Amino acid sequence: MSLLEHSLIAGGLLGALAGGAAALVWIERRLLGIWQDRYGPNRVWPLGVGQIFADMIKILTKEDWIPPFADRGVFVLAPCIAMAVALLAFAVVPLGPTLHVAADWNVGLLYFLAISSLGVYAVLLGGWASRSKYALLGAVRASAQTITYEVFMGLSLMGVVALAGSFALSDIVEAQRGLWFAVPQALGLVIFLIAGLAETHRLPLDLPEAEHELTGGYHTEYSGGKFGMFFVGEYVGVILISGLITTLFFGGWLAPFGLPEAPLLWFSLKTGLFIGVFVLLRASLPRPRYDQLMGFGWKVLLPLTLANVAVTGAIIVAGAA
Amino acid sequence: MSWLFYGAGAVALLATARAVSCAHAVHALLYLITSLLALGLVMLSLGAPFAAALEVLVYAGAIMVLFVFVVMLIDVGPESARQERAWMAPRYWRGPALLAALLLGQLLVLLLWAPEPPAAAALPPLKQLGAVFYGPWLLAVELGSFLLLAGLVAAYHLGRRD
Repeated sequence: MSLLEHSLIAGGLLGALAGGAAALVWIERRLLGIWQDRYGPNRVWPLGVGQIFADMIKILTKEDWIPPFADRGVFVLAPCIAMAVALLAFAVVPLGPTLHVAADWNVGLLYFLAISSLGVYAVLLGGWASRSKYALLGAVRASAQTITYEVFMGLSLMGVVALAGSFALSDIVEAQRGLWFAVPQALGLVIFLIAGLAETHRLPLDLPEAEHELTGGYHTEYSGGKFGMFFVGEYVGVILISGLITTLFFGGWLAPFGLPEAPLLWFSLKTGLFIGVFVLLRASLPRPRYDQLMGFGWKVLLPLTLANVAVTGAIIVAGAA
Repeated sequence: MSWLFYGAGAVALLATARAVSCAHAVHALLYLITSLLALGLVMLSLGAPFAAALEVLVYAGAIMVLFVFVVMLIDVGPESARQERAWMAPRYWRGPALLAALLLGQLLVLLLWAPEPPAAAALPPLKQLGAVFYGPWLLAVELGSFLLLAGLVAAYHLGRRD
């Protein structure tokens, strides 16, 4: 593949990703409407699709204001980190046997974990640079929450890595030809889902931006395009986590139940399903208290994850012997 | 890949220099993070993707977050930057800079007149790396984990409320 071809594919995929994230704002509001027995935005164009463009125009033309008391450089840097990290982490997700944004690395999963561990800086620096109480409190919460759940996010995937015998995401997909890892690694799947919710600060685990106690948390002082980058970055994160759940636990691009192969289609359908699950969780679950969230992480999830790794390892060794 | 190596190396050097000379604590930490990311890239260009991923994951993604977290809580502003600048007066860094320059000179001599550059060792795949760690070097790994456990217990003790 030539360099031009490669960059076209990568650009197209990333563009589709950013566009999909913007569209998710509307999709989420419609789905929430269904689950809460109301309509949601249905006025602009058929089904309300035009709402996406109306929202985009609104957010990009709003006054983009930097508070005079803020640390200017870091204040601008933070939303860029949010967006860049979300897009960078997508580079290794395989959408088909040969279709990636960047490449199929043999340390693909580690690359994802490394890049997503940098995402905390966006929230941390955004909250700090705003120099306001709510933003700082949100940033403190976000960093503690993200560091905690990063541990389980990494550990919950080690069972998958052990079963597939590789860190390369395409090898992990190929290893699921017989049976999706969602069955032998059901516990890992649940823990990864919870950790993914915490990493993307999505409801019910959006305590860093809980509006009933922190007004807006770390992005209280942000407006216009910079707020939009935080906002869309969060949705890219949702697509990313859904795509990884698909890849790691539900066979990625493989067709289910012996249906005809259509890599991109199956990957998109499965990923879309998990995005729906994210929205359903938001619609149905209340927020826990912050200390409950941290206590649950260290006292329940950590022992469970370690047990999952140990049991998976024991079964593999017993099977090999 | 040598242009990648030298490019990332230059970024790492510049960022580290700024991390030392920056008067504002958070800005200095940002440069340090950049320097660690550049080091990750240097390792990648040398053909060690596993070490590169761990560099970013452990140092930039976890340890430095704690640094920023702590600095954030003690509220550094223009006030402390002014204080810091006063501490950066030439008479404080003249001695260390001289000694560091001596070390640099020795390193350059070693690099320029080394009899034979050490051949890049073939890097083992991840599985072999794990087997080496948990085989011949098991004792060292266990000692390391002892140290971490001791640190954990100490932190728990210090953080007790009473």
